[in-house]
Amino acid sequence: MSLDAKTVTRIARLARIGLEPGEVDALGKEMGSIIDWVEQLNEVDVTDVPPMIGTGLAKPRLREDRVTDGNRRDDVLSNAPDREGPFYTVPKVVE
Amino acid sequence: MSGMHDFTLASARDALKARKISAVELTNAHLDAIERLDGRLNSFITRTPDQARAAAKAADEVLAKGEGGALTGIPLGIKDLFCTNGVRTTAASKILGNFVPPYESTVTSNLLRDGAVFLGKLNLDEFAMGSANLTSAFGPVENPWKRNGSDAKLVPGGSSGGSAAAVAAGLVLGATGTDTGGSIRQPAAFTGIAGIKPTYGRCSRFGTIAFASSLDQAGPMARNLQDCAILLESMAGFDERDSTSVDTPVPNYEAALTRGVKGLRVGIPKEYHAPGMPAEIEALWQQGINWLKAAGAEIVDISLPHTKYGLPTYYIAALAEASSNLARYDGVRFGERVNGSSLDALYEATRAAGFGEEVKRRILIGTHVLSSGYYDAYYLRAQKVRTLIQRDFLNAYENVDVILTPTAPSGAFAQDEKPTDPVQMYLNDVFTVPASMAGVPALSVPAGLDARGVPLGLQLIGKFFDEETLIAAGHVIEQAASFTHRPAIHAGVSA
Repeated sequence: MSLDAKTVTRIARLARIGLEPGEVDALGKEMGSIIDWVEQLNEVDVTDVPPMIGTGLAKPRLREDRVTDGNRRDDVLSNAPDREGPFYTVPKVVE
Repeated sequence: MSGMHDFTLASARDALKARKISAVELTNAHLDAIERLDGRLNSFITRTPDQARAAAKAADEVLAKGEGGALTGIPLGIKDLFCTNGVRTTAASKILGNFVPPYESTVTSNLLRDGAVFLGKLNLDEFAMGSANLTSAFGPVENPWKRNGSDAKLVPGGSSGGSAAAVAAGLVLGATGTDTGGSIRQPAAFTGIAGIKPTYGRCSRFGTIAFASSLDQAGPMARNLQDCAILLESMAGFDERDSTSVDTPVPNYEAALTRGVKGLRVGIPKEYHAPGMPAEIEALWQQGINWLKAAGAEIVDISLPHTKYGLPTYYIAALAEASSNLARYDGVRFGERVNGSSLDALYEATRAAGFGEEVKRRILIGTHVLSSGYYDAYYLRAQKVRTLIQRDFLNAYENVDVILTPTAPSGAFAQDEKPTDPVQMYLNDVFTVPASMAGVPALSVPAGLDARGVPLGLQLIGKFFDEETLIAAGHVIEQAASFTHRPAIHAGVSA
């Protein structure tokens, strides 16, 4: 079943992806067919089955609480699309 | 210098150590081949010939002293998903079109430590999302293989399509790949080369651009399994900068090559007899069974009952993780920015312009399955089914050592035969996804050609951290198949 325009628009807003009005219907159809296809998982009995979160092969590790990296301000900023001195710039967010 | 294109990675290594060839002439021969053939194949996004020549010269100096590591002077290509210090790394996306990492991924650091010479960064599906290398912002990659009597451009598979094409065409002696649901194994099968997806946690993910973090795993792609074994030994190892890296010793994989399969129990899962699978793939699978049996393996019929749920589970889990991982591309700290009147408008415009269609579709679906009201129905349920898929494998390994299946349900298809329905495209990964979901290692070896002259691969799936048994069993198939065919487009063929 195709996802309706309102749902597609809401998801796109959550994902911060701008959509042209002309894209919404086609995306709704494609997403709907993928969602329909994954719904076959409803036929699997998952009673008392724990969710698998990662493979569980690596043991959680503790380490000493000390600085292991840092002092690389210029490296960190080196790919900034726009900056002023040692700052990233963004449009005004506080009136 | 056509002889320069007859080397495998292992034979080139031996010739370099014996000073029969120099690293500079080996690198130059490969750079020339890239110059001649890659305008057409498009397997490289970024070429680094100057760095490569300098590294080859340094390698010769080391070799002249009788020193050097396992890969000193060996020309490799790096999938453009691995961050390389000072060399543009794009993930084949417009949004990272000008990204120059100020650091090196652990996997590429390991290869450099061992003396490898990088020729450049290889094309892929955008953010590794695809099975045909048709979603790259830098254009599709052409498979160097041709169908008999046809000049149709075939896809190299994906997402490591540039890696696969470059190795198959002889432009590099080996390449790095990454595999989230089949992205090393399926392109290896489509291009007649070998590829290994190691156990999750075997190779560090540090500095590898993330798609689905609980699944992403780096691995080698090369002409044969000996070459893959040499590369894997260099790439693998514990890394404290990756919390999912596993601290277990790296064995000598190359030494496992000739162990043989005498007494090995090989499982044949009945669920992989997929409806509609071409008869020649069934036949090739049976041939693989016969080869292993003839070499002394015992064949055991097994069941992996949740196989059919592998793909839908994958597409929920992987896309949910992707939607979260790709949230960082917002046009503020790195990457391409499209300005907007507000911060949200900047995000939306940047992401609309920077991501391609398939990536957008996947982020949107991932966002949907994680959103309030749908999380339990989709994401949590998929994680539970994932537990059942992993249990299938663990149960099977009570009784068998390794599992044999086809790698993909078809050979390479033509670029213009791409299915319009996304779900049809996802079916390419039907045989490779379950091992990814379970986290177990798997490999693909070329095993034959189909009726149209296009390569087909067989997949072996193993136990956690038992890549050695996979390599040994794969080598038996390799030797029995004696796959010495070359693609139509190859560095060693004069045009």
